[in-house]
Amino acid sequence: MRVVVDLSRCEGYAQCAFLAPDAFRLHGEEALMYDPEPDDALRDRVLRAAAACPVQAILVDRLEGRRIPVEAARS
Amino acid sequence: MTSADNLRAFRRDGRIVIVGASLAGLRAAECLREEGFTGSLTMIGDELGEPYDRPPLSKQVLTGWVPADGTTLPRRRDIDAEWLLGVPASGLDLATDHVRLADGREVPFDRVLIATGVRARPWFVESEAELDGVFVVRTREHAEGLQRALAAGPSRVLVIGAGFTGSEIASVCRERDIPVTVAELGPYPLVGALGAMIGEVAADMQRAHGVDLRCGVKVTRLEGDAQGRLRRAHFDDGSTVDADVAVVALGGIRNTEWLRGSGLAAGVWGIACDTGCRAMDLNGLITDDVFVAGDVARCPNPVYEYRLISLEHWANAVEQAEIAAHNMIHGQADRWPHLSIPRFWSIQFGVNIKSVGVPTFADEVVVTQGSVSDHRFVAAYGYQGRVTAAVTFNNAKWLDHYRQLIETAAPFPPPCPTPDQPVDTKPVPVDFPGPLLLAQGATVVVTGHDPGERRVTAAHQHHR
Ligand SMILES: Cc1cc2nc3c(=O)[nH]c(=O)nc-3n(C[C@H](O)[C@H](O)[C@H](O)COP(=O)(O)OP(=O)(O)OC[C@H]3O[C@@H](n4cnc5c(N)ncnc54)[C@H](O)[C@@H]3O)c2cc1C
Ligand code: SF4
Repeated sequence: MRVVVDLSRCEGYAQCAFLAPDAFRLHGEEALMYDPEPDDALRDRVLRAAAACPVQAILVDRLEGRRIPVEAARS
Repeated sequence: MTSADNLRAFRRDGRIVIVGASLAGLRAAECLREEGFTGSLTMIGDELGEPYDRPPLSKQVLTGWVPADGTTLPRRRDIDAEWLLGVPASGLDLATDHVRLADGREVPFDRVLIATGVRARPWFVESEAELDGVFVVRTREHAEGLQRALAAGPSRVLVIGAGFTGSEIASVCRERDIPVTVAELGPYPLVGALGAMIGEVAADMQRAHGVDLRCGVKVTRLEGDAQGRLRRAHFDDGSTVDADVAVVALGGIRNTEWLRGSGLAAGVWGIACDTGCRAMDLNGLITDDVFVAGDVARCPNPVYEYRLISLEHWANAVEQAEIAAHNMIHGQADRWPHLSIPRFWSIQFGVNIKSVGVPTFADEVVVTQGSVSDHRFVAAYGYQGRVTAAVTFNNAKWLDHYRQLIETAAPFPPPCPTPDQPVDTKPVPVDFPGPLLLAQGATVVVTGHDPGERRVTAAHQHHR
């Protein structure tokens, strides 16, 4: 699955790192590092983390499973 | 037909082309659909593959945690677009409303959004830039190559330029226990963006983490061995450093060359636009069908005396994309201005550095909260007695408070909002490197005498 965190909004409260530690980690006191394509097995946890983020900084892909392929112009 | 009818018809079956299929381009496309644009949408991008996120490239990707091709951007919705990828746009013809592609194709539009961003400034000697081991970091291919070089355990990495990207890369090297030298022309790391006071803190941080930091020096030559591999760098003070990897982190070049001859106010500083993200033409007049968003845009901000400001900030790209998309499909009365206060973050040496506002728009700076020596503090920037920016080190939760101070033109220096008043709260001059370090050549000339004849012409110089 795909995730992006708006780190300019994130306040480093670490709720996400608590709920989905394999996808979100704190680096030092409050700098958030995350896996932008966490394993699908983590889906429920990541969704819970996104819902729990107090500043709603975590965006999860809403197109899962019905992705339209992107074509190369010259193919 | 009334203009309301025209607009309705345009929203129903107009043609919108977006040039630059990355963060700003994708977000704009999603917003266009979100807001009910049902016409045709074409995404033109010179990179192959789906749009991906860049900030992780100098962070999670270089540490080896996340693969370089693992930062594809999530989608908020289906955009039902035609994607023309792998070929750059090479021209914009506003007389016939076509985008020209490098392979000769012409793509017609009713409205176009320019979101071509920035590319990495390459090392100035091409033969040296091509040495094995010399990198820049802007694309996922760059990050992939550099991460592989770091994983191979180089004897030393040289980072040229201690801006945000260079400093983040140096931080990753130390995290991976790789010896690293950072060469910076200015007196401190981050000094161009944040000034001397914060620069000094950044320098301490680098040295405390074992970075061999050399400021006030210029790298003059990269030397390769017989196999074309980097082995040494030469400095202008006569010293040398042996390194098998060099990362050139000298900032970006705005991707505007393809707009030469288009009549737009496009140059090395970006593409000038109004707060509605409508592009300006060379004469400074606003156009109606050309919009700009992201790193390539140069937009006025009323809070900063309406100065035109170019930002290479993730949040700015997202916000401008949303404003541009909205305005592309609304009439004048319903248009939105892009008025948000700039926000930025960087992660380095375990510290979360964030800023709000425009720190370079300041004459004084003061630590308002926390402790500089603990690397946990807030510094406020002021210009002629009002707050114009703030920087936090491991104190992100205060950023919003300072944003409000900036928006309300609160007096500088602001009072400390908590009991943890720092010891030294005297404002000091902000001290940015002088114009000599920042100067760029002339970009336009004005011709003609009578008001009806006066015109601006672009002066195209060769910029590196
Ligand atoms: C390594 C790195 C780390 C970063 N870290 C941070 C950070 O910590 N915090 C932060 O706020 N920001 C950060 N940024 C900045 C952030 O990524 C940018 O602000 C953002 O990518 C801007 O998006 P954009 O869509 O405007 O431009 P870009 O992402 O540059 O996209 C422009 C796209 O247009 C394409 N293009 C260019 N010319 C043409 C042409 N003629 N025809 C067709 N396509 C073209 C380009 O190839 C590219 O795909 C970082 C950037 C990098 C590179
Ligand atoms: S929960 Fe939200 S604010 Fe907290 S660290 Fe995670 S992303 Fe940041």
